[in-house]
Amino acid sequence: MRIIVCVKQVPDTTEVRIDPKTNTLIREGVESILNPYDQFALEEALRLKAERVDVKVTVLSMGPPQARKVLLKSLALGADEAVLLSDRAFAGSDTWATSIALSGAVKEMGDADIIFCGLQAIDGDTAQVGPEMAQLLDIPQLTYAERVSLTHDLKVRVEQQMEDGSRVLESETPVLVTCVPPPSFVPKVPPMPGILKTKSKPYKVWDSKKIGADPSDLGLQGSPTRVRRTYSPPPRGEVTIIPGDAREASRSLARILMDRNIVGGVD
Amino acid sequence: MGIEIMREKCVGCAACVKACPFNAISMKDGKAVIGPECTLCGACVKHCRFDAIEFERPRGKEVDHSSYRGVWVYCETRRGKLMHSALELVSRARELADELGEEVGAMVFGSGAPETFTVLGDHGADVVHFSSESRFDEYLTGNLAPLVSGLILKHRPGIVLFPATHTGRDLAPRVAASLAVGLTADCTGLAVQDGLLIQSRPAFGGNIMADIVSPDVRPQMATVRPNVFKARGGLGKKPDTFEVNLNEGMIDATVRIIEIVRTSKEGVKGIEEADIVISGGGGMKNAENFRVLEELAATLNGTVGASRVAVDAGWRPRSDQIGQTGKTISPKLYIACGISGKIQHQVGMRGSEVVVAINKDPSAPIFKVADYGIVGDLFQVVPALNEAFRELLGGG
Repeated sequence: MRIIVCVKQVPDTTEVRIDPKTNTLIREGVESILNPYDQFALEEALRLKAERVDVKVTVLSMGPPQARKVLLKSLALGADEAVLLSDRAFAGSDTWATSIALSGAVKEMGDADIIFCGLQAIDGDTAQVGPEMAQLLDIPQLTYAERVSLTHDLKVRVEQQMEDGSRVLESETPVLVTCVPPPSFVPKVPPMPGILKTKSKPYKVWDSKKIGADPSDLGLQGSPTRVRRTYSPPPRGEVTIIPGDAREASRSLARILMDRNIVGGVD
Repeated sequence: MGIEIMREKCVGCAACVKACPFNAISMKDGKAVIGPECTLCGACVKHCRFDAIEFERPRGKEVDHSSYRGVWVYCETRRGKLMHSALELVSRARELADELGEEVGAMVFGSGAPETFTVLGDHGADVVHFSSESRFDEYLTGNLAPLVSGLILKHRPGIVLFPATHTGRDLAPRVAASLAVGLTADCTGLAVQDGLLIQSRPAFGGNIMADIVSPDVRPQMATVRPNVFKARGGLGKKPDTFEVNLNEGMIDATVRIIEIVRTSKEGVKGIEEADIVISGGGGMKNAENFRVLEELAATLNGTVGASRVAVDAGWRPRSDQIGQTGKTISPKLYIACGISGKIQHQVGMRGSEVVVAINKDPSAPIFKVADYGIVGDLFQVVPALNEAFRELLGGG
């Protein structure tokens, strides 16, 4: 059984700040990390591998050469091989162009049974690349998966998180699964033996020619969406601390919220 | 661009006839024939085991923009009932369509579809495309994606909006990829400028906003956060309704539902849809104490949410969690009780219109993102607040 896990290197968004003058991201001093959703997807894939002897897990990423860091971490966590799609032709890709490149790489690798993605990446939060890849590969998708397992007849079962509960879905392979970590998820730290083994594992770098994609579909040129401008979100004014004891403060606050039509107003 | 049956390869197995969502394929002289109902959705292609269907997907970039008109909304239903987000999106679509001088189209699927016509018209829909088949009552990607793609290909709206719910975020990218068009996720602002849809969305955990456009492709597609736009009824339109011509055979058997677990109570809005969310964190101390929040929620017709701390402790179900690894919500009013408000929590609630923080610790970060704060013991403040509202609202 072949599993491909798509991973992305992202800035740690809890550290990201905006330069108020230029309205651009201040990237200096912000650590690059393995997208936590992707790490959870990888750990689910590796759990399936631990349960069966014949599973090969390939990690796939698209990014600059520095994205090597997250692929090495993935190998150290237990993946068998890594492929980095790296080419200037990929620069400026939106989710569509990213999906073209990643699905092209999946096709190039041959028969994958399960493709894992994180639900979304914490820098863009779109949750689009997984389903777009599934469509381009013409395979079913199981999104918002909190737990992934294999049935005895090798179908893929997921517990899917819904707004009003959850569902258990089952799909034939090949299938693409997007994973969302449960609140209790704590990303594993790669163990020392795993880190030592990374050197002996295959690590490949592919360019755009290798995946045989039409250059007009890639990168900024291939992206149907354009970022017209970026700006800081409108700042919230200073907080108004309502004075008085619990009773007085509550009365004042209730009145303010009703006067502003936030509570009890007409929709 | 187009579709063709290669007659020399076709063996007449009729698998494609069953697979077509639009009944567009028939058998003639033992070979499949594609009729004028074909929308180029491509659903038949993978069902042909003989590679007898030659198909090239339509490319959004090559289209003539002037032939794409109308602002369409995918109206989500759950268990046959229309979600409130549908009315918010139809209302916003109406405003955009008026600016463009175009029509509003709604797509609604499920056994309750016919009951939605009046309310969709009241919020501005000119046209409703629907199916009232119960197979759509429980969402499955494979059932809906070819249908929605096919309708869009056939009717050529210039803009299509989806709710940024789990379902909408599952469906919209699938449809966008099949149409080879762009898609902007989780929009919190939509405007029309020089005929283009300006799609505003937060990124980097809400640290930055971006305006996105799709200049060269049609339709322009976006998912839109629930609760951002107001539902505005009272227009009293009588929409033209069109039942989708469905093929009985089109059931996607590759994905099956094994089990469904509902944690939300009937009649209470989910936290994504609620106008008022009252949320508890570590300061709640135990599951039992959430009763004070439930009581306030009952008075305000709101819904109770939780921070990660409260969910990790097992006090609340994870479907109620607000924050980076939980839900991102934008209610009218968010009341954070005993929540310190780390950045991961802020990501989930920063889009709220008004934020109230109740916390013992005046230096808690939640006060930095709040409009109003009460520094005090939530077990005194929340009941007092409940009492104050009950008096003022006259509910006794």
